[in-house]
Amino acid sequence: MTKNVTITVNGVERRASVEPRLLLVHFLRENAGLTGTHVGCETSLCGACTVLLDGRAVKSCTVLAVQADGRNITTVEGLASGDQLHAIQEGFWEEHGLQCGFCTPGMIMCSHDLLEHHPNPSDSEIREGINGNLCRCTGYQHIVAAVKNAAQKMSRPTAARAGAR
Amino acid sequence: MATPAKSPTPQKKTNGKAGNGTWVGKRMKRKEDPRMIRGISHYTDDLKLAGMVHCAFTRSPHAHAEIKAIRTDAAKALPGVIAVYTSADTTGLGPVPCAIQMPDLKVPRHPVLAEGRVRYVGEPVAVVVAEDLYIARDAAELVEVDYEPLPAVTDLEKALGKDSPLVHEQLKSNQAFTHQLKNGDVEAGFKKADRIVKQRMMNQRLAPIAMEPRAVVAEYLPGENRLTVWSSTQIPHLLKTQISLLVGLPETAVRVIAPEVGGGFGSKLNVYGEEGVVPWLAMKTGRPVKWNEGRRENFMATIHGRDALNDVELALKKDGTILGMRARVLADMGAYHQLLTPLIPQLTALMHAGCYKIPAIQIDIIGVFTNKMSTDAYRGAGRPEATFNVERIMELGAREMGMDPAEFRRKNFPLPKEFPYTTVTGLTYDSAKYQESLAKALKLSGYDSLRRRQKEGWKRGKYYGVGVSTYVEICAIGPSAATPAGGWESGTVRIEPTGKVTVLTGASPHGQGEETTFAQLVADQLGIDPQDVNVVHGDTLAVPYGIGTFGSRATAVGGTAIYMATQKLKSKLATLAAHLLGSKPADISIGRGQLTAKSGKRIPFGEVVLAAYTARNIPVGFEPGLEATHFFEPSNFTFPFGCHVCSVEVDIETGEIKIEKYVAVDDCGNVINPLLVAGQIQGGIAQGLGQALWEEVVYNDDGQLVTGTLMDYAIPKAHLLPEFTLDHTVTPSPVNPMGVKGVGEAGTIASTPCIVNAVCDALSPFGVRHIEMPLKPERVWNAIRTAKAIPAIAASAEAPRKREAVRRRA
Repeated sequence: MTKNVTITVNGVERRASVEPRLLLVHFLRENAGLTGTHVGCETSLCGACTVLLDGRAVKSCTVLAVQADGRNITTVEGLASGDQLHAIQEGFWEEHGLQCGFCTPGMIMCSHDLLEHHPNPSDSEIREGINGNLCRCTGYQHIVAAVKNAAQKMSRPTAARAGAR
Repeated sequence: MATPAKSPTPQKKTNGKAGNGTWVGKRMKRKEDPRMIRGISHYTDDLKLAGMVHCAFTRSPHAHAEIKAIRTDAAKALPGVIAVYTSADTTGLGPVPCAIQMPDLKVPRHPVLAEGRVRYVGEPVAVVVAEDLYIARDAAELVEVDYEPLPAVTDLEKALGKDSPLVHEQLKSNQAFTHQLKNGDVEAGFKKADRIVKQRMMNQRLAPIAMEPRAVVAEYLPGENRLTVWSSTQIPHLLKTQISLLVGLPETAVRVIAPEVGGGFGSKLNVYGEEGVVPWLAMKTGRPVKWNEGRRENFMATIHGRDALNDVELALKKDGTILGMRARVLADMGAYHQLLTPLIPQLTALMHAGCYKIPAIQIDIIGVFTNKMSTDAYRGAGRPEATFNVERIMELGAREMGMDPAEFRRKNFPLPKEFPYTTVTGLTYDSAKYQESLAKALKLSGYDSLRRRQKEGWKRGKYYGVGVSTYVEICAIGPSAATPAGGWESGTVRIEPTGKVTVLTGASPHGQGEETTFAQLVADQLGIDPQDVNVVHGDTLAVPYGIGTFGSRATAVGGTAIYMATQKLKSKLATLAAHLLGSKPADISIGRGQLTAKSGKRIPFGEVVLAAYTARNIPVGFEPGLEATHFFEPSNFTFPFGCHVCSVEVDIETGEIKIEKYVAVDDCGNVINPLLVAGQIQGGIAQGLGQALWEEVVYNDDGQLVTGTLMDYAIPKAHLLPEFTLDHTVTPSPVNPMGVKGVGEAGTIASTPCIVNAVCDALSPFGVRHIEMPLKPERVWNAIRTAKAIPAIAASAEAPRKREAVRRRA
């Protein structure tokens, strides 16, 4: 038994016939071919698979593809516009917010949600905000710095940022 | 590998005196990051080959059981299933290798799929190949296995008892090996001691939890007789050799690629049964096969770390001078040896001198089989266990002598002029200034005021504690004579005709950032931009044979190999430039994109490079091309060191611990990239705190794995950690020309005893000596409840409530 779904991923509409049990993360990785979203635990505990579902961060290993039918998904591949990295991506790069990089896409998408709702977070707000995402490499300190760096960039107009590059 | 979106420029934040070049010492952004932050890098599970199928393993739900029968019919009947195999089919495959040789070491056969008996929960029994992952996993559950459960043993001491169930019956006991390290007159030291300090400490079992679980993809092309295996590994070259032995192909037919690897921490410094089975399946089915380990499998069937019961004794003179040390260590091997399992506790023995002058030592280690997953290298691998024993017993020694723990340590340090310092365990420490890092950490933490506040707090029923940990670790592993598979590393540098530089390293980074640091060091040597240097690793067909990345060795051994290869090229470039400029090679200097003769004549770098390839105008006997390889054999290990100080507050009503301040002063010799060093230290501290406070792999008495998910096994989360304050001292190593030491494990080694020392210090008014890790609130609360002393609490607003809390616990 399969079900037809239409899911918009990073602005591209994708139609597929899927098993009802297919996880959204597997839809993204296998059907859409977007492997930037990683599978770290399959139990929604590590956050490596975090994507935006209609703008809110969700763990795509515990969302079914059929639940995303008719909705908008943003993955890490959808953040940059061409060569222009998103401010959060720049923040992670500049502050060494990643080592092995496996948690990074989820961490970036989670930070996206955080900054959307708290444009100017304190260190402890950042730590609370990303506590559903696990990183084993960094001890989180540089991730906190990366999110702060991004918050500062995002509070400046885009043109000024591009000019500064 | 992907090209960065924009060129990183050296940043101004240089973090002090470590830098000694244009690029070396600079806080340079990583070259590997753009592909990772865009989500376009490729980890093993991201690979998709034409015709690829998936496999899944049926694993034992029992810790110990006889396999009476296996029925695969139902699994085979599921549409989409291609094949199901058991050990009856894999007789020519394996066994899983152990690289360690010791006189009395027992190495039981370790089959890739269980043969007749299972010995730990998660042991693979059958493997299913199917068209997709979902079908493979469904079918793995349809494999019917009749088990007759047998008594299991999980406790180290019980396992050595006469009536214990035997993990391997044919061995007649659960003792895997014994190992003694003895030097100096231990008996005399203990006989003349004014005080003997003793403590039993359990170094609990941990799960490494790299965020990327293991994954293997294999493809076999029979026409070419070419087996390609992509694996999430730290040791692609050693794995290539082992896969050829496992599957019985000549080594020349096997290529291993470690693509992007999502963390290892030692857990991927191994050769696993699955790394034999998946290639074998590709050969057997004629289809590319993928296996990716779920997190639950990762908990059950990827190696664990630590798990040793330690009885430590310290003999002291009245003035606090150490006269001798003794330790008995029972080390849990698990059910089978993996690649290095029996080696790890030997590193514990070697590092048991810590950074102290100890005249006599005796360490007795017994390796023990239990019905659990194998232990093996986990970040620090034996050294955190040693450092924990040493730093805890020093702490207790100081307390029993009524001395300040920092002063007690300083009293027993060797002086800087005594280096190279030969320890009682037979190691030669290369260089150190323990006094300097201790002084710096005490100052940075405000140690004296922390002590004052602590005393004042006790009067008010506030329990502050200060923890000190001065550590030394063994890195740059290592001289080949002291390692099981060679301790050298390879480095190749090739200047391409266009002047761009390709670096091939036998090291295999998986988060350490060596594409950046190696580019920095080569760029400085050749006077070019790091953006023009591309570091290639992890592909055995592209890179000369190498050893891998572990034991904080990549920079000190792998980096040095590249440095040495670069020197060969510099000499060749100078010879050619001298020829072109009419000068002598000795008069040529390289830098700023050109080669300059003493006369002032100069020639662009690119022109010399091109001349080496066009080879029309070269000196007689000059070998065309610009490529050099060096296999660097280190003359010794390196020994980074440092001092960590933390302050905590313990809530005696709840047992909760609040880390108020954490200061780390580390010395890893010369620093190539301070940004990356800070990242290593911070991540290391977090893992060490995880062991101290939250993490523990729990098997129940029946051998069931109780902590099988990230819900039950608590790795640190962002909001649980404090901000760490970092500083460093710089004591270059004389072991390699760059003076680097290694930094990958320092944080993990230092932080665990630092926190436990602080918590026990906070509770010293209760007479609490030691609390076993992890220091969960329940354990801390119970330690207070069962403690002998009742501290006096002075009058204050809070005093009645605090007194009541103290009374209740009694």
